[in-house]
Amino acid sequence: MTTTTAGAYTPQPARRPMWRRVVGFNLLLAVVLGVGGYYLGWFIGHQISGKSFEFQSATDENDVALLLAYLFGVVGFLIGLGFANYPVSRMLGRPASLREKEEEGIGRYFGLCTDHKVVGIQYLIGIGVFFFVGGVNAMLIRTELLHSTPQFVGPNQYISLVGMHGTMMMGMMTSGILGPFANYFVPILIGARRMAFPRIEALTFWLLMAAGFILTSTIFFGGFPTGWTGYEPLNDQAVMGMDSYIIFFALVGISMCLLGLNMMATILTMRAPGLTWSRLPIFVWSVLATSVLMVLAAPMLVATLTMAALDRTINTSFFLPGGGGSSYLFENLFWFFGHPEVYILALPGFGIILELLPVFTRKPLWGYRLAVSGMLGVTLLSFFVWQHHLFVSGINADLRPFYMLSTEIISIPTGFIFLCAMGTLWKARSSFSVPMLFCLAWVFNFLIGGLSGVFVSDAPSDTSTHGSFFTMAHFHYTIMGGLIFTFFAAIYYWVPKMTGLRFNERLAKIHFWLMFIAFNSTFMPLFVIGMKGQPRRVSEYASNLHALNVWVSVSAFVLGFSMLIFIANTVYSMIFARIASEQNPWRSKSIEWQIPHPVPVNNFEQIPVFESDPYDYGVPLRVAGAQPASAGT
Amino acid sequence: MNEPNHARRFGAIWLVATVIATPLVILLLAPILPPGKSTEQAAGQATDNTVLLGMATPVLLLVVIYLIYSTIYFRQARGAVLEGPAIRGDARLQTTWIVITSLLVLSLASYGTVRLLSDNGAGSGSGPSPLTVPKGPKLPVQVIGQQWAFTYRYPTYGGVEVPHLVLPEGETIELHVTSIDVIHSFWARQLAVKADANPQIDNIAFVKATHLGTFEVRCAELCGIWHGEMFDHGRVVTMPEFETWIHQAQATYAPATKLLPPYSTTYLPKPSRRAE
Repeated sequence: MTTTTAGAYTPQPARRPMWRRVVGFNLLLAVVLGVGGYYLGWFIGHQISGKSFEFQSATDENDVALLLAYLFGVVGFLIGLGFANYPVSRMLGRPASLREKEEEGIGRYFGLCTDHKVVGIQYLIGIGVFFFVGGVNAMLIRTELLHSTPQFVGPNQYISLVGMHGTMMMGMMTSGILGPFANYFVPILIGARRMAFPRIEALTFWLLMAAGFILTSTIFFGGFPTGWTGYEPLNDQAVMGMDSYIIFFALVGISMCLLGLNMMATILTMRAPGLTWSRLPIFVWSVLATSVLMVLAAPMLVATLTMAALDRTINTSFFLPGGGGSSYLFENLFWFFGHPEVYILALPGFGIILELLPVFTRKPLWGYRLAVSGMLGVTLLSFFVWQHHLFVSGINADLRPFYMLSTEIISIPTGFIFLCAMGTLWKARSSFSVPMLFCLAWVFNFLIGGLSGVFVSDAPSDTSTHGSFFTMAHFHYTIMGGLIFTFFAAIYYWVPKMTGLRFNERLAKIHFWLMFIAFNSTFMPLFVIGMKGQPRRVSEYASNLHALNVWVSVSAFVLGFSMLIFIANTVYSMIFARIASEQNPWRSKSIEWQIPHPVPVNNFEQIPVFESDPYDYGVPLRVAGAQPASAGT
Repeated sequence: MNEPNHARRFGAIWLVATVIATPLVILLLAPILPPGKSTEQAAGQATDNTVLLGMATPVLLLVVIYLIYSTIYFRQARGAVLEGPAIRGDARLQTTWIVITSLLVLSLASYGTVRLLSDNGAGSGSGPSPLTVPKGPKLPVQVIGQQWAFTYRYPTYGGVEVPHLVLPEGETIELHVTSIDVIHSFWARQLAVKADANPQIDNIAFVKATHLGTFEVRCAELCGIWHGEMFDHGRVVTMPEFETWIHQAQATYAPATKLLPPYSTTYLPKPSRRAE
């Protein structure tokens, strides 16, 4: 063991008086400056574009003002949190402010904190809140679909709900695993004391929170009618609520890109001695692969939305066919981001299940190199498939065979992940704790998602299923069944480490079974509904599909109820019962369970030296090629 | 301890299940698989779906049976804390898996390509210059998407524009799909046709109806608040009935036809957005 103390930072325990903690750079000031910035931007927007533009004279709308208001609001919010302190003091030649680390106790969670463990928990709760908002939207959507004609919220609100549900889930849950779990555990798993860029790490979180708030505020500006894809020219035609979508997704894109850069820098440069590439935990590999996608795909989104915003404000026509632009251009640019985006959602899930399965099967990860090449293969290929979203659009129709091929080829590396999961289960000593149940559910859900994907990737078959509930069911199986199930696996597995408290096992099991059954009961019939002709995003449908839709809605409510059980369990276990978790409840051999909890601010007294990968489970085979030993110690 | 040969046993269960289930799934589901048989394109797609289903069933069974099998046989005894065997991989199995999945995927893609080209785009929108075009005479029909209805123009019948689609049976139809505002998607489910209606784009799809009857027309691309209301029924009629109908329509809509812009593959959309 080598001892390394260089770079260790000891926090000052200085505890400031109460009034200094309230008045200062914190969430309170951030909100005040955010609101101030909002009205400043609104005012400036009205100065530069009042009634002068012809198209704004007829309506009471001013996109320039709203876009500037949002931008100034975000800047004010970030200054209030203290993001300007460090660069400003350095520019003025003063010593760098390190006040982000001074705070102790609960106050750390409500401001700029550069401790990656604090940011991880901030992410978990912040994303959880917006996940809940997106879920409530889904419940309202299913309530409307109890009737075959608009009865409950009406077509305008319905279309806004659909847009908000999709955008919220796609935008916020992009960081659903990387935000909370990668920020918290990647530095620990690679034996580092912090992330490479701690302030950027905090910035990604607060940008995301500002973005989530902005998207929710769309309800004050009439919502937006385009769904999460924001297709032009409908985008351009939409009322001011569309600007909330544009700013939301642009901020998410910036946050995503920075998060990816930070993760890449951390994993590439800060691994502890001995942690070679072939010893890296598979979860860290999946984070690395996701980060590459984030860094390469997200800028495309930001650029596209900037062009859309210019179309909406200063009358450019990048995407307006009437002015010489092209709606195809938007579709192309959007899906060049949008398809890597769905793998940004799926890849961390691959990492979670392959990381957790060895712990619960008491076996080493089967086919480590195959799993890594699977993830890297998906990463590479995901940039070559985007036009399968446009099979019926008429764009580059001659290239459909190519996109069909590239899309179907991507199932080869995805198949590696299945083989590795199945290989790990072979002759295992599985115990079915809640995280393990969620992992097994992933195998089933992602299988259905993948097999239905074969139908939508096949251009002739896609003619009928494109844009229908079939496609909708397909991607809910891959994203909800793939990402959200592993998200919960990670929560049940790692939150006891993060908080030192354990979940109520019985409630957790009820949550799992209810969620798994209700999930399948919700989305399986949607394949049939889609095949029978119900397009996506409609609030009215053929009356012969009424019974099936009612079935789906009721199942969706049960699915929503299972989430309430989870919330109840969390509140009960983490706030009321507070039963201390064991030091290593899963008998994991991974490093995060070997260090004390709560995890010290510096993670490690000494930087650890790695001598093997974290999958050192199982009884070694007696002789190479012989029958494996059937019983352990 | 006498461990059964799990590999052989699992393999046998899977083989038996596949041999029984795959033909059963195909036989039972093939007749009811969408989009039916009322056009050549629909029949082609139904065959395609049957083939895909036939290929997906063994894969589904493999993983699902494996999940069930491993949960039953590879579990920790109650209260025990035993370790499993330290198997870290199997080069032969990995290679076999890669070869089989690659072959499966390549055959799927080749089959899809052949179907797409031999069915002349399989009813989907193939852009302004489709790669393959059906032989013989074709009846051009223009589909115009607008918020929130589809209208149809028959250029060979004086460019008359009608609100409901009527097609002759047994005739190859050349659909020219375009839009005058936002993106729509023309979806006639029973015809197995889906083509996006893009402003300034002439998106061509071919269809040949082989059965008489009605079909649904819906919009399959979100186009604003009344997207779900873009719903209509079209009819497939015999050629003489079609001739009678179109001549009647020409007479009925003659005053409107005079006011229409001349037939064109695309129409210039309004340049500005919220201005009226």
